[in-house]
Amino acid sequence: MESLATFILTKYNYWAVIILLVIGLYAMIAKKNLVKKIIGMNIFQTAIILFYVSIGTKRGATLPIIEHAYGDSAHAVHAADYINPLPHVLMLTAIVVSVATLGVALALAMKIHAQYGTLEEDEIQEKIMESEPGSTSTSG
Amino acid sequence: MKEQLPALIVAVPLLAALLVTALWWFDRRLCFPIAIAAVGASLAAAVTLLLRVLSEGAVDYYLGGWPPPVGIAYRIDHLNGLIAVAVSLVSFLNLAACRTVAEQEFREKTGAFYALYLLFTTGLLGILITGDAFNLYVLLEISSLTGYALLGLGPGRAFLSGLNYVFMGTVGASLYLLGIGYLYVITGSLNMADIAAILPSLLPSNLVIMAFVLCLTGLFVKMALLPLHGWLPNAYTYAPSMVSSLIAPLTTKVMIYVMIRITLSVFSFDFAFDETLLRLPILWLAILAITIGSLMALSQRRLKKMLSYIVVAEVGYMVGGFWLGNRSGMSGAVLHIINDAFMTLCVFLAAGAIAFKAEDDRLRNLTGLFRTMPATMAALVVGALSLIGIPPTCGFFSKWYLISGGIEAGQYGFVAALIFSSLVNGILFFRVFEICYFEPTSPPHAYRYRRTVPAAGTGAVTEAPADLLTVLIATAVLLIVLGLYSGEIVTRVIHLALPPGLS
Repeated sequence: MESLATFILTKYNYWAVIILLVIGLYAMIAKKNLVKKIIGMNIFQTAIILFYVSIGTKRGATLPIIEHAYGDSAHAVHAADYINPLPHVLMLTAIVVSVATLGVALALAMKIHAQYGTLEEDEIQEKIMESEPGSTSTSG
Repeated sequence: MKEQLPALIVAVPLLAALLVTALWWFDRRLCFPIAIAAVGASLAAAVTLLLRVLSEGAVDYYLGGWPPPVGIAYRIDHLNGLIAVAVSLVSFLNLAACRTVAEQEFREKTGAFYALYLLFTTGLLGILITGDAFNLYVLLEISSLTGYALLGLGPGRAFLSGLNYVFMGTVGASLYLLGIGYLYVITGSLNMADIAAILPSLLPSNLVIMAFVLCLTGLFVKMALLPLHGWLPNAYTYAPSMVSSLIAPLTTKVMIYVMIRITLSVFSFDFAFDETLLRLPILWLAILAITIGSLMALSQRRLKKMLSYIVVAEVGYMVGGFWLGNRSGMSGAVLHIINDAFMTLCVFLAAGAIAFKAEDDRLRNLTGLFRTMPATMAALVVGALSLIGIPPTCGFFSKWYLISGGIEAGQYGFVAALIFSSLVNGILFFRVFEICYFEPTSPPHAYRYRRTVPAAGTGAVTEAPADLLTVLIATAVLLIVLGLYSGEIVTRVIHLALPPGLS
């Protein structure tokens, strides 16, 4: 039991990521409201951003900025003293992607609202069935 | 200039997209010529690069002169050189075909359509030539986001099916990103060749297997392999016709290329086929995709939806062929990527022409089309024969390789599924032809609004617009030409793209 507790506590960042992933996935699958689904999608993406950010950090390390660098031997670089900046920089791109996805999704949601007057998926489905009798599709 | 070709493939359509957006406010006549010139330039660059690869071997290009693993590398070899030519050619043909229809369908949004079209092409070509795993994710999202926006241009149910595609597509891309994260944790590199060099020293490792599974799952969502295909049929059916004839031939095929690239060039052939137990489960997924995709196509009442389910089945062909793990199967899968891109383009263009002129694609309303649109239907027949797999067309040859690969590997389930699917395709298309040829002419809108249409003939369906028709016939001819040269393509290009020690 103790070993399980240490297993969870020492790797708490991964547990947080997985819990967030599952919350996002749950919202996307189980919620009927399209905006809630979009929020779920955003949580899902944010969880992965969190994963990358957490693997780049290091306890007791500092920012990867070299003061008075080049030519000053007193400030030689020790990789061990610095946080790995690469995952963080990658996530700047991923954040941009996730914002763009959110924008596209919300724009589509606005179009859907203008078209059907609701964002509840079951109500939209009913309206589709009314307008297209014989349509057997259940998703989208 | 010649050294910069790999960058130009991506840079020209990217910059042209910005230019088209700006010019739409000044002179709308310039947008189309610029767009087609940009895609044409990409096509020319892709062809030149393929010829160079054929004569000199793989081409490496370092963006900004930064060598990997620090910088981003583009690498063009036989595999992606060939597919890049096919993708840029499909994009070029579709753009050449779409002007009349697009300007009538989108009106004020035509400029946005051209800009998104160019960005989508940029993303796909970038995915093909990049040698960096994270760069691939970014380009994947560029093509996906523009894909969502293109689908969102459509009328009616396109918005809802587009939003569903956004959800599924985002989950797929995010899973791929998570897989790349795992790889980065264990290797500390994002360059594909670099990761491939580091990985063997770390095996056996559960983390690597997990990374592989996550990447593959993400890609399976993106390529719509059967249990994860839910987004595809509706998204393609309700999209504007010129959008579905762009996205349907290209997206799934490029994702299958990514699967091949990740499996062979990042993880190795030996790792993927020997050290994981994935081969048989994936093969069975492919068999399910082929069978169920074909059966679902059989139950559809709309032409475009039927074609969309055929796309789902075709994904199973390529995934299954690749995971047979022998030379014939893999050659068949790569050849089928090329062939299927053109076959799908051909049938979706024909469906687009029918939807544009007859304003309806419900199968029972397609009566008499052989008389009213003979050239379009002729092209549809060639595309259909190719999808069924009748010899002079290219579809036969890739199916031949796939089936012989299946027999060599002893996977008779896969062989049976392929034959079953060909038979179902035969039934599907001959049902369409029966309705179009033998049923008496009653144009659907004349039928529905009989009172408002005064005499027979006025308001009847006529042949497709000239630009669309020219491209459609060119594509149909190309299907036969590809079939005649498929032996050449396989021995001179595809065999060099596969791992050398393959049985």
